[in-house]
Amino acid sequence: MTTTVAAPATAGPVAKAKVRRGWTQHGLLFVGPFLLIYLAFLVWPTILGFQMSLSSVNIAGGNNHFIGFDNYAEAFADPRMWRSLWNTLVFTVLSTIPLVLLGLVLALLVHNVRFVQWLWRLSFFGPFLLPSAVIAILWLQMIYPPDYGLLNGTLGTDILWLGDPSTAMWSIVLTTVWWTVGFNFLLYLAALQSIPTHLYEAADIDGASGWDKLRSITLPLLRRTTVLIVVLQLVASLKVFDQIYLMTGGGPQDATRPIIEYAYDVGFTGYRIGYASAVSYILFVLIVIVSLAQLRLFRKREEVAS
Amino acid sequence: MTKRFSFSQLVLLVAELVLAVIWLAPIAWAVATSLKPESETTKLPLEWIGSRITFDSYALVLETGGIVKWAINSTVTSVIVTFLTVLFSAMAAYGFARTQFKGQRVLLGLILAGIMIPPQVLMAPLFAEMVSLGLVDTWWAIILPQVAAPLIVYILFKFFQDVPPELEQAAFVDGAGRWRVFFTIVLPLSRPVLAAVSIFTFINTWNNFLWPFLVSTDPNTMTLPVGLANVVQGTFGLRYAQIMASVVLAGLPLLFVFVLFQRQIVRGVAHTGLAGQ
Repeated sequence: MTTTVAAPATAGPVAKAKVRRGWTQHGLLFVGPFLLIYLAFLVWPTILGFQMSLSSVNIAGGNNHFIGFDNYAEAFADPRMWRSLWNTLVFTVLSTIPLVLLGLVLALLVHNVRFVQWLWRLSFFGPFLLPSAVIAILWLQMIYPPDYGLLNGTLGTDILWLGDPSTAMWSIVLTTVWWTVGFNFLLYLAALQSIPTHLYEAADIDGASGWDKLRSITLPLLRRTTVLIVVLQLVASLKVFDQIYLMTGGGPQDATRPIIEYAYDVGFTGYRIGYASAVSYILFVLIVIVSLAQLRLFRKREEVAS
Repeated sequence: MTKRFSFSQLVLLVAELVLAVIWLAPIAWAVATSLKPESETTKLPLEWIGSRITFDSYALVLETGGIVKWAINSTVTSVIVTFLTVLFSAMAAYGFARTQFKGQRVLLGLILAGIMIPPQVLMAPLFAEMVSLGLVDTWWAIILPQVAAPLIVYILFKFFQDVPPELEQAAFVDGAGRWRVFFTIVLPLSRPVLAAVSIFTFINTWNNFLWPFLVSTDPNTMTLPVGLANVVQGTFGLRYAQIMASVVLAGLPLLFVFVLFQRQIVRGVAHTGLAGQ
């Protein structure tokens, strides 16, 4: 951290001394308000959650006994926990691939067709601005219903979509891709716009085709952004809850229930909030591993760069 | 630049057009359904436009539903969260970047580590905490946990680190206090980055579902997504035109804001989203 003061060139020695005296003070007052809220509503719940995961506490605060790692032992022997963890991983893999690839394709299209860009941006990013409840109700009530829904009605198919355990997760993924690809699209678009144009101009002089430029300039320069987007997407997908809870409630036959919903179910419907904390912390560990992998990746890159 | 409109450009344009139509179709379908008479919403074969266009569903929803109240709740809570998050995070980030105090490094490390903690896994302990504080079913329960956003502190910290301190120091030497320097020089100079994180925070708060859903059981404190999810599925039964009218009304504000401030929003989301770079 660089808090050593380089006084302005014009200031005399008196001014310098004054800068030295008062300049670095009041630090805790600046940091204080955020710190209080941060300690109270992020750090403390993290500690409390671990403590709760070691107890048999229920949602009313009763039956609060220390039971060691019994909740974790129970969770690792609980087929419904494994099912929900599996569903979460399946959703993460199935959604991350199209969300990253399609985000890139849409960004390349919009970046290269310099024509009513605002309209394309609105079309592809617009859904991301809609609340999950809006998305879920719209797709559940008007798009997926097998009889009068927009999909079967337009395609002439009679797929059950959310109603069939073998297609339900794919349908959730489809809705999610439509809903959130706009975010990755914007990140890619920003990265594309930051590539210096002189690189392309130089390639033009060499007579490179559009495809050559894509392969040897654009894609290599997007690698860093891609790593970032993949990690952000993995973490976001692991936390999936809203659209699944609202569209299928985890069904049919547990085919879509993600682990956050399972924690919600055992804690807030089943009242076993201690057990819910243990289930949540299993996911927590998973997410921390992904995030740490990201940190390492960036550290390495920075070392290489410097 | 002499870029001609080539054949490959045309192919790209067509591809883009097809994708845009697909992307807009669900929203268009919601609007189309909301404008049909209730009796025609499930008619087969599908028709985009009913026998007549009617706004009855919108009138009914606005009259009977809680949608206006929830929209107000969402607006108020999102504005408060955004204001507090940006103010406190900017103060903290500035404190870390420009001052010195005991335990600074440890605290900064603690805050950076928090970026990895997903609030969703804390729902059980946070809820227990809100119960013991007696805050369930109040706005504060919705607001306070969302202000604890270490990512925003990190983004602003990096920003302040890159700003040369000479200008602030000159003002300080001229007799402006530490706080006056912060509020009258630093904050105005940081307007673009503050706008970016404000937009990012506002969108996230406006659309947050799980946490407000857990702590509001009273329709009077519900935010728009929570109210919509709870009540539409419960009471509207099979009145699809009304349901779609609610959906359109709930989705409209942010889309409208996006059309107005597209450039800023795109920059805000991209800048904050790419903070790891």
